[in-house]
Amino acid sequence: MDTRISVNKIEKLIVSSSPHIKGNENIAAIMWNVSLALLPLSIQGVLNFGLPALITFITCIAGSLLTEFLIQILLKKKSTISDGSAFLTGLLLALCLPPNIPWQMAFLGSIAAIGIAKHLFGGLGNNVFNPALVGRAFIMASFPAAMTTWGISSLSAGHETLSIGFLHLPTIHSFFHADVVTSATSIDAVSSATPLGILKQQGYDNLVASFGGKIELYKGLFFGNITACGLGETSAFLTIAGGIYLIIRGIIKWQVPVVMIATVGVLTWIFGGKGLFNGDPVFHMMAGGLLLGAFFMATDMVTTPMSVSGKMVFAFGCGAITVLIRLIGGYPEGVCYSILLMNAVTPLIDRAFVPKKFGDIQNRNDSPFSKGARGI
Amino acid sequence: MFRIKRGGIHPDGHKSLSAEKAIEVMPVPPKFFIPLRQHIGVPCQPLVKAGDNVKKGQVVADHPEKKAPPVHSSTSGKVKEIGNFPHPVFGMSQSIVIESDGKDEWMENFLIERDFEKLSVEEMVDIIYRNGIVGMGGAAFPTHTKLMPPKNKMIDTLIINGAECEPYLTADYRIMVEYPDLVMKGARMIMKILNVKDCFIGIEENKPKAIETVQNYAEREGIKIAVLKTIYPQGGEKMMINAITGKEIPSGKLPMDVGCVVQNVATCAAIAEAVCRNIPLIERIVTVSGKAIMAPKNILARIGTPFKDAIDFCGGFRSVPGKVIMGGPMMGIAQAGINSPIVKATSGILALTKKEVDYGDERPCIRCGRCNEVCTMRLRPNILSILSEKHKHQTALAEYDLLDCVECGCCTYVCPAKRNIVHYIKLSKAKNSLAGKAAV
Repeated sequence: MDTRISVNKIEKLIVSSSPHIKGNENIAAIMWNVSLALLPLSIQGVLNFGLPALITFITCIAGSLLTEFLIQILLKKKSTISDGSAFLTGLLLALCLPPNIPWQMAFLGSIAAIGIAKHLFGGLGNNVFNPALVGRAFIMASFPAAMTTWGISSLSAGHETLSIGFLHLPTIHSFFHADVVTSATSIDAVSSATPLGILKQQGYDNLVASFGGKIELYKGLFFGNITACGLGETSAFLTIAGGIYLIIRGIIKWQVPVVMIATVGVLTWIFGGKGLFNGDPVFHMMAGGLLLGAFFMATDMVTTPMSVSGKMVFAFGCGAITVLIRLIGGYPEGVCYSILLMNAVTPLIDRAFVPKKFGDIQNRNDSPFSKGARGI
Repeated sequence: MFRIKRGGIHPDGHKSLSAEKAIEVMPVPPKFFIPLRQHIGVPCQPLVKAGDNVKKGQVVADHPEKKAPPVHSSTSGKVKEIGNFPHPVFGMSQSIVIESDGKDEWMENFLIERDFEKLSVEEMVDIIYRNGIVGMGGAAFPTHTKLMPPKNKMIDTLIINGAECEPYLTADYRIMVEYPDLVMKGARMIMKILNVKDCFIGIEENKPKAIETVQNYAEREGIKIAVLKTIYPQGGEKMMINAITGKEIPSGKLPMDVGCVVQNVATCAAIAEAVCRNIPLIERIVTVSGKAIMAPKNILARIGTPFKDAIDFCGGFRSVPGKVIMGGPMMGIAQAGINSPIVKATSGILALTKKEVDYGDERPCIRCGRCNEVCTMRLRPNILSILSEKHKHQTALAEYDLLDCVECGCCTYVCPAKRNIVHYIKLSKAKNSLAGKAAV
């Protein structure tokens, strides 16, 4: 069969500026890939903490998607919920919350993340602060008690306690009275401190003792057997694995997590113990939200510097502020605020690291054929 | 192995569509549209009028003050009219319409044999000018101007550009494989004119056959082969110089300011033909390719041949084309129709399918920084595009080096938000130039 189309039949052609071919990468692919990298960690969270964790995930993601959908209807913009960016924000928010946080709070957090941090600033690409972290900070400021009431992992706690919490259906009254909700859920959530919390309140020796030895502590942090922690802080191994996937896919730069984690390691080693050079860098590098923050939040494209050198300065700042908060500040953990603070100075860092344009660099004599440059 | 120091992309080459198709001579079409403007600079003025008989190779337009290389008739026939007709670059342009008489008769004193070693430099440059030679890589810069640098500019390196880094295009490749002797002869002539000892021919490593063929001839002529890593846009003049010599041309300067002259392989072959046999630039090798073309080919086509006839010669369209492009897909110009003629700068005619040119919706910049990474001029394309979007064209010019952009398109190619960055940059450049004209 001849499918030839005659040249005389051509009527309309598209006319646009060059280039006429484009690469395959798009925003949705980036967002869904990051979500994919977080999947193993999320599954581990659900396995560790059971139904409350699942509810937290669903609430945060549904809240984010719903907020974005409604705002875009309100602003008469084209809906972009399929690009995965709101989904990712919801997922990241859930991962930095306590697993058994009352769902109303998680829901409000996701509204703050998408509504305030993202769309109030102009939507995707225009937000100054990481939306998920703003959501977390919002909940932290509004419901501090709930944010420091940590769930007991189902690995150690009984299954029955978890289902009780789920049966406590909130009333309209309890929705607006956080203290009521907190007390309601705290029936099953035995107040227990996170490793960083123990460190802050009881000191390093007690922390090691509570795990029965340094090796056990490290193992717990690495493989995800910690009984009290945020949803996404369970396993260092799975966090790093997800991060490496993103580095290989070219979505994040390895320099960011490496610099941020190394900064925390070095600074806690120097200042973390009694006297200098006596800290436990391994614990600090694996504990809390550092890995999650370093691989998935300090690498957020929109809210961090664009150049690699700028990104490294950003990562160093995040690490340093994290250590400052952990060792001196009032909170046991400082990753969230360190990244938010550095988000604020991102435009300044971008200004400081402007690439030298072509031709501005001193002409070099680095080609075997080159005769050296003449003065121009 | 040579390569540019930073930036660039690796788009899918699609060269296998036409790479091994030997050059086919396209029959003379019945009607030619010869634009008066086929080069950078002022247009030519017609020397003929409607009704005149012209011979193949006859000068039909030139510039009284020699400011523009002359334009020749591509065949023998009758001038039908002179008027505004489609032009692949400018949309519309003054063109001379010539109806072929089918005899294809040369002017006298063409096709003579001449030994360039016996000619003086001035004579050679004059021959190159009179035969209407311009840069055939795409920019169409008048070649004789390039070969007469001001006395205070010392030229020490000649670079022959055989990189052909644009996807799809294989015209330069075919010239290197089929006419390596002409390319090298042309290179020798330019070396003589510029009085340089160092000459490199830069070829990307994805063309092993061209490297092998050219090597045999190059060694005899004392020309060195620089094998380049395959990176787009390494065939750009500035990038080529950077890859081979390591030098960077400062903002607003020309290759001659760093002691280099770059000539395309097709231009070299045209120079050799002009100097030795007095053949003017009336035909060139054109790659007709793309998934929407029935039978992609490399054709030897006369200047002034409508795209329509060239595409017809290649079997017409396989599917309804979304875009027809003159040049490569990265820097080529999208055509509104297929009546535009082949001009001296037409290295390719591409027809892309509708599916290939559906890029998806443009989204806001997410500051991923990829455009900054691939920008070989080390600019910040995303910021330029945002400034343009906000009508801050002045700021782009004053603070973000707008004019240094070479519009290679790498930024737009990698952008995950599918932003048409080059479009925004071109818009800013145009707005600034309009504002400049208004101020004067």
